[in-house]
Amino acid sequence: MSMIFGKLTLKDIPLQEPIIVGATLFMGVVAFATVWLITRHKKWGYLWNEWFTSVDHKKIGIMYIMLAFVMLMRGFADAVMMRTQQAVAVAGATGYLPPDHYDQIFTAHGVIMIFFMAMPFVIGLMNVVVPLQIGARDVAFPFLNSLSFWLTVAGAALINVSLAVGEFARTGWLAYPPLSELSFSPGVGVDYYLWSLQISGVGTTLAGVNFIATILKMRAPGMTLMRMPVFTWTTLCTNILIVAAFPILTVTLALLSLDRYLGMHFFTNDMGGNPMMYVNLIWAWGHPEVYILILPMFGAFSEIISTFSGKSLFGYKSMVYATMAIAVLSFIVWLHHFFTMGAGANVNAFFGITTMIISVPTGVKIFNWLFTMYRGRVRFTTPVLWTIGFMITFTVGGMTGVMMALPAADFVLHNSLFLIAHFHNAIIGGVVFGCFAALNYWFPKAFGFTLNERLGKASFWCWLIGFYVAFVPLYALGFMGMTRRLNHYDNPAWQPWLIVAAVGAGIILLGIMFQIAQLVVSVWKREEYRDVTGDPWGGRTLEWSVSSPPPFYNFAATPVVHDIDAWHDMKKRGQTGVPSHFAPIHMPRDTGAGFIIGMLCIPLGFALVWHIWWLAIASFVGTVAVAIVHSFNEDRDYYVLAEQVAEIEGRRTPALAGEA
Amino acid sequence: MSAHDMQAHASGHGGHGSLRSYAIGFVLAVILTVLPFWAVMTGAVTGGSAVALVMGTAAVQMVVHLIFFLHVDGSSDRWTLLSLLFTAIVLVILVGGSLWVMYHLDHNMMAMPMSMTE
Amino acid sequence: MKTLRILQTPGGDDGQGTVPPSAFHVDEHEHHDPAPTVQLGFWIYLMSDCILFAGLFATFAVLSQNFAGGPTGRELFDLPYVAVETALLLLSSLSYGAAMLAVNAGRRGAVMFWLAVTFLLGLAFIGMELNEFHHMIAEGAGPDRSGFLSAFFTLVGTHGLHVTSGLVWMAIMMVQLGLRGLNPTTNRRLMCLSLFWHFLDIVWIGVFSFVYLLGAAA
Repeated sequence: MSMIFGKLTLKDIPLQEPIIVGATLFMGVVAFATVWLITRHKKWGYLWNEWFTSVDHKKIGIMYIMLAFVMLMRGFADAVMMRTQQAVAVAGATGYLPPDHYDQIFTAHGVIMIFFMAMPFVIGLMNVVVPLQIGARDVAFPFLNSLSFWLTVAGAALINVSLAVGEFARTGWLAYPPLSELSFSPGVGVDYYLWSLQISGVGTTLAGVNFIATILKMRAPGMTLMRMPVFTWTTLCTNILIVAAFPILTVTLALLSLDRYLGMHFFTNDMGGNPMMYVNLIWAWGHPEVYILILPMFGAFSEIISTFSGKSLFGYKSMVYATMAIAVLSFIVWLHHFFTMGAGANVNAFFGITTMIISVPTGVKIFNWLFTMYRGRVRFTTPVLWTIGFMITFTVGGMTGVMMALPAADFVLHNSLFLIAHFHNAIIGGVVFGCFAALNYWFPKAFGFTLNERLGKASFWCWLIGFYVAFVPLYALGFMGMTRRLNHYDNPAWQPWLIVAAVGAGIILLGIMFQIAQLVVSVWKREEYRDVTGDPWGGRTLEWSVSSPPPFYNFAATPVVHDIDAWHDMKKRGQTGVPSHFAPIHMPRDTGAGFIIGMLCIPLGFALVWHIWWLAIASFVGTVAVAIVHSFNEDRDYYVLAEQVAEIEGRRTPALAGEA
Repeated sequence: MSAHDMQAHASGHGGHGSLRSYAIGFVLAVILTVLPFWAVMTGAVTGGSAVALVMGTAAVQMVVHLIFFLHVDGSSDRWTLLSLLFTAIVLVILVGGSLWVMYHLDHNMMAMPMSMTE
Repeated sequence: MKTLRILQTPGGDDGQGTVPPSAFHVDEHEHHDPAPTVQLGFWIYLMSDCILFAGLFATFAVLSQNFAGGPTGRELFDLPYVAVETALLLLSSLSYGAAMLAVNAGRRGAVMFWLAVTFLLGLAFIGMELNEFHHMIAEGAGPDRSGFLSAFFTLVGTHGLHVTSGLVWMAIMMVQLGLRGLNPTTNRRLMCLSLFWHFLDIVWIGVFSFVYLLGAAA
């Protein structure tokens, strides 16, 4: 049997845990209902032709963001379970989550939120926006883009499989050894962790390569570097960080895998291994990762605040240089995550100082946004509310971060709930608020209709208030000595604070429900909210110069850029019409190769987790074979004829013109 | 003997070398390989100077390969050069920083190599 | 409930008139040469691979003295053997260079010949490396013996895996050359493979210097 199923037995399906069985059943019902609905409405062909095999950056971006939303639900469910458990599990009460399950929950929460919510959301935004902002028809390598996405899906799928078959890691989101070594974590949880991150990590690295090449080589004529929109700039810096940092993660996880699978001794306690090297390496990736997430959001906030203040961004150049400075500095601060490991005063002092320095360019950005608003005619739309909420919340989070940059203070606060409050303050206040600001801002561009404002604002206020109610108590609890990842505690003085925090999570839940309602209502009333102009906000960058949603080729004729805010400049000079004639447009052809390779990685990862070697070999050979066959495919592009372009443009131009 | 002599050297990188540039590169590479092997194998140079020699020739040989085999030089696309420079910086930070940090951690936490704790 | 939208800008959206020529770039024969973009993309991938090796070198450096009572590099490494491996890779760099010169000259037969030579040299290198690994494991100096040996096998083995995938790529290129000859696509791919192959030789300079020579000299 073990030849066929490896380590997998029926006992590995956790039927004894009602919560897991319930969650699995729920997932199963949703999956079944989805499949049933698609089949009933005969949409498989549509999905395959229009989405699964698509290499269109806009569709891939939308799929990334949908993935992020699904995973947000799962990660948030984990958060609610942790908050409710901690609200009740004091002294004699044990709560409803046994420790081994609780440990999986906090690990899954971190992993999912960072790798499968924040990363797909950020990369999805880049996909939707960047080619449009630089006047390109697609990314540099459209097939690679599709492959990146489906690899990310494969990683996410593997994590969800771990819920039903086996277990997830109980190690915390970075899986520090020696705890994550085979001797202390003999189950498959860490293996699920390793392979899901490895597979999606490859996808992320390829996406990084793709976007760098896209931004450097495919900008419209006239768009010099210093005329690029700020979001494109921050995307460029982010992808440089991805390409430079993700290989370190790949190596680190690979070495841990070698310890677990081949009995090597990189991070073991004995035989010459050194667990501290893992911590060192993973944070050499981990700190740049923080900026990989936040930099694109800085770009999105810049676009939003400039658009809705009706002014060009204050200090464009300082914004660009601040972004570059952050990108470089982010590589020399990693030790502040382990001041307490004992590197000594000199090393700690160096990294403490660099950590304080990196807050300076971030401060520059805050002032730039404030000065952009100053004397502008600010329209307080939902994206602007998220942006202002971000500026306040992120500043608080940044300042608590600078507090912990002092090694002496960090020795007190390390691994306490103060730290948890700090990084949620930065990540929710920065990345999550940024995602939602960007969603409200660019949604009409992607779908052709705006989102409901009132429900959007309601969701913002719930999130903002909920965030402070949930996390300010954690700062206090940190000072009171409560450490992170506690399943149970004995100090009754902590309980009131934890109950308040749980209420905060409830308010955030309300915010999420408003967001769902906002989507539903907006889709329902999409004709009323239809954006016929292509430029619903009075935008300043090129994505607003095309219709919403843009035609699949983006630009009927490549725009020529003369200024930083290219579209604003065109509007000012009255150059907003259609070109007098069209030329054939060169476009990439759709391919299913990326989808197939990505889907083959699910059995590959599953087989590696469970030591099912025949399946691992078969799926690996399958992925290589598909890639090779794809390399023989020479029919990769085609031309949209000038008459076809003229016809498509003719259909949408009356709509553009009629609105004036 | 500089890279500018190469006639067939077109823009970009890779592939556009001439026989001359490959030959020069090969001869230099052989010299820079044989030298450290000879020094270590014969024991002609030992200790700190052996380390310096091996590291020095390695660094020079890497540059030789970059110029004569990968054709990365002043005439390359500026993004090729910039990305190489950035990678070199990250590489130095990662390797140097890890050694620095881990040396201090080992020193302070007294995690001696196992060979010394038998 | 009203959507918030349509900030009309003066001059915007009249849409009827044709536009001054500077607003658009209507390229009559728009087909950009993809080669520079592909080359830059591949180069950036190589840079990320470079950082991957940097991580492995850093790990090797940190664990290089952790012998755990097992054999040291001085006891294990056979420098003349490594010198032959180095010679094979260096010669393969030269023969790949010859292949690229033949590509530029448009001589398919010569390209095939030099690719075959490069392939055989690379194969010989992999064979020698596997043989070395086999002997070390048979002597009880396998990757599970000590932290030092884990780092050694992983660093050298990762380089070997890269060379192996380079060989697979080369074989595919020979098939594609046979089927389709030299065209912009195969030329572009041969150029990327050239970068990859020479890059692996640079990594090997690091391996023989820092792992073998310094390990044996210590």
